[in-house]
Order: sequence, then structure tokens, then C-alpha cells
Amino acid sequence: MTDPIVATTLGLGDGPLFGLPLARLWFALVFAVFGTFLFLDGFDFGVGALFATRDDAHEREQLLAAIGPFWDGNEVWLVVFGGMLFAVFPEVYAALFSRHYLLMFAILAALILRGLAPEMYEQRHDDAWQRRWGQAFVVGSITAPFFLGVFAGNWLFGVTGVASPASVLVGLAVVALTVVDGAAYLGLKTRGDVRLETRALGHLAQVAYLILAVAALVAGSRSASHVTLLSLPTLGLVGLTVLLAGVHVLAGRADQYYLAFAAVAAQVYGLVALVAILLYPQIDPATGLTVTAAVVSTLPLNLSTIGAGVLLPLVVSYFVVLYSAFSGPVEEQDAYA
Amino acid sequence: MIDPVIASRLQFALTTIVHIIFPVMSMGLAPFLIYFTWKEIRTQEQVYEQLRVFWTKIFAISFVVGTVTGIVLEFEFGTNFAAFATAAGELFGGPLAIEGMMAFMLEATFLGIFVFGRDEVGDRLYMLSSIFVGLGTWLSAVWILIANSWMQTPRGFEVARESGQPVISLVDPIAAYANPRFPWMYIHMQNAAVLSVALFITGVAAYYVWTNRDTRFWRKTMKVGLAVLLVTAPFQAIHGDAYGRHVAETQPKKFAAMEAQYDTESSVGLKLLAFPTSLEDVIDPHAENLFVVELPFVASILASGGDPGAQITGLDDIPGESPPVAIVFWAFRAMVGLGMWFILLAFWGGYRWLRGELFEDDLLAKALVGSSVLGIVTVELGWIVTEVGRQPWVIQGVMKTHAGVSAGLTGAEALATLAGFVGVYTALLVLYWYVVVRLIREEAPTRPPALERDTPGREEVVPNDD
Repeated sequence: MTDPIVATTLGLGDGPLFGLPLARLWFALVFAVFGTFLFLDGFDFGVGALFATRDDAHEREQLLAAIGPFWDGNEVWLVVFGGMLFAVFPEVYAALFSRHYLLMFAILAALILRGLAPEMYEQRHDDAWQRRWGQAFVVGSITAPFFLGVFAGNWLFGVTGVASPASVLVGLAVVALTVVDGAAYLGLKTRGDVRLETRALGHLAQVAYLILAVAALVAGSRSASHVTLLSLPTLGLVGLTVLLAGVHVLAGRADQYYLAFAAVAAQVYGLVALVAILLYPQIDPATGLTVTAAVVSTLPLNLSTIGAGVLLPLVVSYFVVLYSAFSGPVEEQDAYA
Repeated sequence: MIDPVIASRLQFALTTIVHIIFPVMSMGLAPFLIYFTWKEIRTQEQVYEQLRVFWTKIFAISFVVGTVTGIVLEFEFGTNFAAFATAAGELFGGPLAIEGMMAFMLEATFLGIFVFGRDEVGDRLYMLSSIFVGLGTWLSAVWILIANSWMQTPRGFEVARESGQPVISLVDPIAAYANPRFPWMYIHMQNAAVLSVALFITGVAAYYVWTNRDTRFWRKTMKVGLAVLLVTAPFQAIHGDAYGRHVAETQPKKFAAMEAQYDTESSVGLKLLAFPTSLEDVIDPHAENLFVVELPFVASILASGGDPGAQITGLDDIPGESPPVAIVFWAFRAMVGLGMWFILLAFWGGYRWLRGELFEDDLLAKALVGSSVLGIVTVELGWIVTEVGRQPWVIQGVMKTHAGVSAGLTGAEALATLAGFVGVYTALLVLYWYVVVRLIREEAPTRPPALERDTPGREEVVPNDD
């Protein structure tokens, strides 16, 4: 074994950085990163689902062009979420992923399909090929958030089997939310018929999301002992979501697309926050493991904190550069690549 | 029903073997793309724009397939190797998280600008994007290889036992992450990636130059590829030698398996060519039962760093289980053999180039075409030596591979996903191959002159062609 003199000199193993409650901060950060993934890749998923409603080849190209430069970067937030959970709560990472073995591979299959489809769609310009990959894009874009939602539901409700009715409802709610997200995003990136028609679908999905989310909570609080529907944070967040849903619909009607999009983003983070709040102080209800018991020891925790503290602001700056390089609506003649 | 341990190991091997193709393509193409972009901006020459646009298409599709297959690997640590992930997460998870934030994010966001943004951003930001994309691919390898090299030569940790399972804690991050194996692996891997892509693009270009001697685009590609090959191929062999010495010091079992050395001997020669004298020895080669063409004393010199009489410890004299010798032995022979062939090919091309006959030698063109994917094959062989050679350990000397598999995993589950991966990954490989070949045939900016006269606009040729 080597002499741990360097680490000791740095003092990184002695106590949490600046005396911060790092376990709880990381719990929040992991969910914030997941929320960012669900918000950003969520509109990619939603655009993928709405792709099914467009028959015109030109409009389909516009939808692909709207997410073209962004979706690679958006998807990386899922990888970062996985990496962070692994680095800071490895026991939870291992337990959740191995417990939901087949579900994880369903998520992977959906992500593979969704990832390949837009790239493949553009490789050939004949009808049969584009129809197939268009279908693959739609299927991948709907199943990926569905399985991710079921996974989140299983996690929250401590389900140890394949799924429960409550977690299936969470899956459906997440699909509805991504459609809301995608439609709101297309409000910013498109004009004309595409914008108006997807906006109407987004408003329908908004209603569906509210119903499904409440149904999932009711079903979940009956089956899982740790979830109580009638608690202040739950009711507060549900109330806030209803309010934001109203803002989204009204702002959309008034052509205030930025406000509508912001109201949707807030709903996505609200959903993820609700999951985190309902879990806390546990992090894995199926085993009763708490946040403070699951976290790694002080030295690697401090190192991860320094790493994330330096890198995450940089990552945010890349996204600012990327989104400002392609700001504004996609042009009529824009294609995917 | 199949043993979940065996199914998990097969699945991980399969998913890694397929995945590695795509990062090799993107890491190897990155410096070429940076060069083409720089030349395009500096010289305003059309050929560099064409080179940049065309090879970016290959890069983009490689990146997409690399991403989806890479997420699979990250997930597999949790799904199939949960015991490993739990025991070693404190050391192993950190590099993965940092890889995501530091490298993958950089690559994925700036790839958006690089692929879609030539007309959206200025030259300076565009140039910077190409550099960031390349930097991202290379930094990814840094963190992945930091994690992997720690598993090969682990340091900077302590092991405790909790109800029979090892719990590994990080004690000294500098010892753990500035691991002695890391620089060896990193340089070998990065050079291999550039070498593989140089072979690939030279091979593709040689085909077109050979079938149609008038295309500026492919001539340029061939020259750039060959120039890079001339540097990377010899360097890989020189570096590989020194790397071998490091392996002999730190993983003697692996080194002995590479040479099929069961007995401890002095003054051991390096086997240039070795094949068994009986069929039985194909699956269990023993150094003493092989027909060998060897350089006397060289293996001893390599292992010791200069002493021709140095002793090499045989597998039978090192305590503990040995890796599967045949796989390691043959993969190593094939890797070195191909490496030698690449050097020969590079010098052959270089000689023709010097004589001004680079595009006139049909045999050279055929050799280059035939070798275009051999670089990637060689990378696979190298990884097989590295990963099979360290078995039965997942963390050398600390945790055996079978102990790292998820406890609750059933054979049925593991078999189901293994079968799924065989299907999906075969389809992925076929699809990737189809798309790359199609891009090369249909979307390369040059066509034979006869065809060009018939169909003046490229756009008219491409659609509805099947």
C-alpha cells in the first residue's frame, strides 16, 4: 500500500469541504442533474413524439432541425447523472440498477433507437427508409421517457418487482410531460402551422399530465408506506404545478412562447423535486437506506465536490454558447444536416 | 440455464468489443478534422472544406453510435457488476463522473456547433469548436483509462471486509489516479486510434485513387493519411516494447501468458513467429512445444530492460490462477504481427511517395485497401491482451471478476439481455458498416470524371437511388 501522505497534507480526508452538509447537497445535485436531463432531453423526446403527427416531409425536416445541434449535448446529462450517482452513492447506483435489471435494458434499447433514428433518417432520402426511421424515432422518443418514468416510480415507491400500477402511471405522466415540453420548445423554434398545431397538442398533453401525475401520487401513496399524499410539500408542489400548467396554457394562447416554455421547465424541475422530497431522508426506500448512510467517505466526496464545482459552471457555459449559436426559429429551408 | 457470471462476462466483453470501434474512429478522426478545419480557414482551398465536410459525416455517425453503446457500458457496471460497483464505487465512480462532466459534455455540445454551425458562427469559434470536440474525445479516454489502469495496477486504497464483501476506500487519490499504468495505456491507445484512422482513410483513398487516378480529394486524403501512418506505425512498435517491460514488472502473469512461458527460464528469445507443432497446443500453447522463429535473448532484454540473460518467471512459478493463455498468446502474436505489417506498409508507401510514384503502384493500393480496417482489428486484439490477460481479476490482486457480479442476477435475466445484445449489436454493426460504405460511395465530393459528365449536379444523383 502506498503512503497516503499527499492526501493527508491536503487535508481533504479530514472533514467535509468548508463544513458543508455534502451528503444532502449531493442528493439535491444528483436530482437537479436528472431534472436538467429531463427538461433538455425531454423536449427532444417530445419533438420525437410530435414527429408522429407531421406527415409532410418538409415539416418533419424542420422538427429534426429544431433539435439537431442540441440533442447530443442534452443526452449527456443522463450520463452525468449516472456518473454522479455512481461516484457519490455507489451502493444506491448498484442496488437500483441491478434490482431493475430488465427495465434498465429497456431504457437502453429505447435510447439506442432514439439516438440512432434522426441520424439514420438523414442518411438516405427515399420514402421507405425515412418512414422506417421516422417510426423508430417516434417509438424511441415515447418509450425512453416512459421507461425512465417507470424507473423513477419504482425508485420512489420502493417497488422491487418489474413495475407497479403507480410506477406505470409515473411513466405515462413523464411521457405526457415530455410532449408538453416538446410542444413548448417548438413554439420557440417553429412558425406557422407546425407551431399552432403542436401548441394545441401540447395543451392537451398538459391536461393529461396533471391527471396522470395526481393519479400516480394517489396510487403510490396507497401502496408505499413512506409516501403521504396529504403533506405540505406534496400539496404545495401539486398546487404549484397546476398554477404553472395554467400559466403555460394561457401564455401559449397569448403567443408568449418564452413564458410558456419557462412554465414547462419549472414543471419538469417541480416533478423531480417532488420525487426527491418524497424520498428524503431515504435514498432507496426498498432497502430503507438513508442519504447520509449511502454517501461515500469524506475524501472522495470532497474530490467529487471540487470536480463538480469547477466543471459544472463550465458545462453550463458550453450550453449558453451552443444555444446562442443556434438561437431563433429554424428557417423554413433548414434541414437536419 | 446459463451461469449469470459467465453471461455477464460475455455480455460485457461483447458490448466493449463493439463499443471500442466508435471511440477509436472519433478519437482518431479528431486530429484530422482539426487539421482540415485549420487549413480550410487559413487557405480557403475548396479541397479542405470538402475533406472537413466529408470526414465530419463519418465522425458524426461514429459519435452517435459510440454514445449509445457507451451509455450501455456505464449502465452495465450497475446492472451486471453491482458487487464491483458497490465495493469499488468510491474509487471507480469518480473518474466516470468527471469524464461525463469534463470530456463528454465538451465533445457533445461543441459537436453541435461543429456539425451544424459552419454558417452560424464565425471562423474563430468554429475553429475552437473543432479543437474542443477533439479535446473532448481525448479527455474521455484520459478518464476511462484512469479508471481502467487503476484496475490493472491498483494503488492508493485500503480494503476492509463487511460480511465477506470487500469495501475499498480511497486513501491517496494521487497514487490511485496518477497510476503507473495510466501513461502507458493512454499513449498506446491514442496512438493506436490515430494509426487506425490513418489506415482507414488511406485505404479508402487508395481505392479511389487506384480506380480513378484523377481525383484531387482522394489524393489529398491518401497523402495526409500516409504521412500520419509513417509517424504513428513505427512509434506504436517502439512504445509497445517499452509498455511490455512495464507489464512484465507489474503483471508478470499477463506477460508470461503473452509469451506462453510456463517455466521460469533465463535468456528467453522473443518469438516473432510461433505456431504449435500439435493441434492440442493451439488451445493450450506451451512455449516449449512451439515451432518458433525467434530473436534470441530479446524477450529477456525486453522484460529486464537490457539484460540478455535475464530470467522470465513462468506461469507455473507465480502463485494463483493463470489467465486463459491461448487467448492472450494468440491475440498478442496477432497484434504484434499486424503492427509490423503496418510499419512495412508505411515504409513502402513512403518510399513510393519519395520516388514520386505513390499513385502508380497498384500492389501498394491493394495492400492499403486490404488493410483499411486492420487498425481497428489490432486495437481489439490489444484490448483482449489487456483485459483477458489480467483475469481472473477485475481489480488486480484485490477482487476476482466473478465476485463482482450482481448478487441477485438470475441466469435467465442475464441470458435474455445477452441474447438481446447479440441481436442489437449485430444490427448496429451492419447498419454502421452500411452507412459508412454508403457515405463513402455516394457522398464523397468526387466521382469518376466520366460519371460527372453524365450527371453534373450531385444532388440529382443522390435521391431515390434505390
